[in-house]
Amino acid sequence: MRESHIMKIHYGTALAAVGLVAVHILMRLTQGFAESLEYESVLANYRFLPYAGLLEIILILLSVHGFNGLRVILLELKQGHTYEKAVSYGCVAAMIGLIAYGSRTIFMTNMGMV
Amino acid sequence: MNPQDEHKEGIGGMANPGRYGIERVAYWLMRLTGLGLLAYFVAHIYETSNILQGKAGWDEFLALTQTTEGHIFLTLVIGMCVFHTVNGIRVMLGHGGVGVGRPGRPDYPYTPASQNARHKIGIYTAIVLAAIAMMYGMAVMFGE
Repeated sequence: MRESHIMKIHYGTALAAVGLVAVHILMRLTQGFAESLEYESVLANYRFLPYAGLLEIILILLSVHGFNGLRVILLELKQGHTYEKAVSYGCVAAMIGLIAYGSRTIFMTNMGMV
Repeated sequence: MNPQDEHKEGIGGMANPGRYGIERVAYWLMRLTGLGLLAYFVAHIYETSNILQGKAGWDEFLALTQTTEGHIFLTLVIGMCVFHTVNGIRVMLGHGGVGVGRPGRPDYPYTPASQNARHKIGIYTAIVLAAIAMMYGMAVMFGE
């Protein structure tokens, strides 16, 4: 993929994440901060399908943005064909791993497996 | 040190935040906050996965974060998040050609048009907003 396309994805995921993370944080402030983190409250959040969908989208957006940002930083420090391939594939693998791990929490909690 | 020697410093010369003004400070803060936020994001995904262990597991892990140290750490995360967001929007606008000035003939002393007051104000705004958000975050977390 061309770097210009990757940077468009980087900026697009950033802008989308800003809006959605703002909603995620505001949900903490609808109740008291400590109260919103209580087990029953968090469980109710996960079981509310639209909110679980929001969390899944945030997870994907931030994983793509975060690991592409890490890739850019690592490629600024050092260059070379093998190194660049290793960094790019490593970041994609870490991104997929984090999305899979986070999705497991969201799906299992949403489907009442807790 | 003459300008030629500067190039022999390698990555240390490039990294020096004191030499090239607030733009270089912003460059470093952007990367450091980005790495910090990625580390927090990974930790947050792990932290929230504790809900799968039931109420006992959740409460046990939550107790670790609901401490003074935990709140100070979260305050730093808020600051990093706000700076990264506001400065990121400035960088995006700059890449899109907004606020970088008109191209002109390079005349001595070769002042770069893109490093102008508008972008400097953007960087200082990001720092000030991050500080305000951190104070608000502390008021919410320590106020309870």
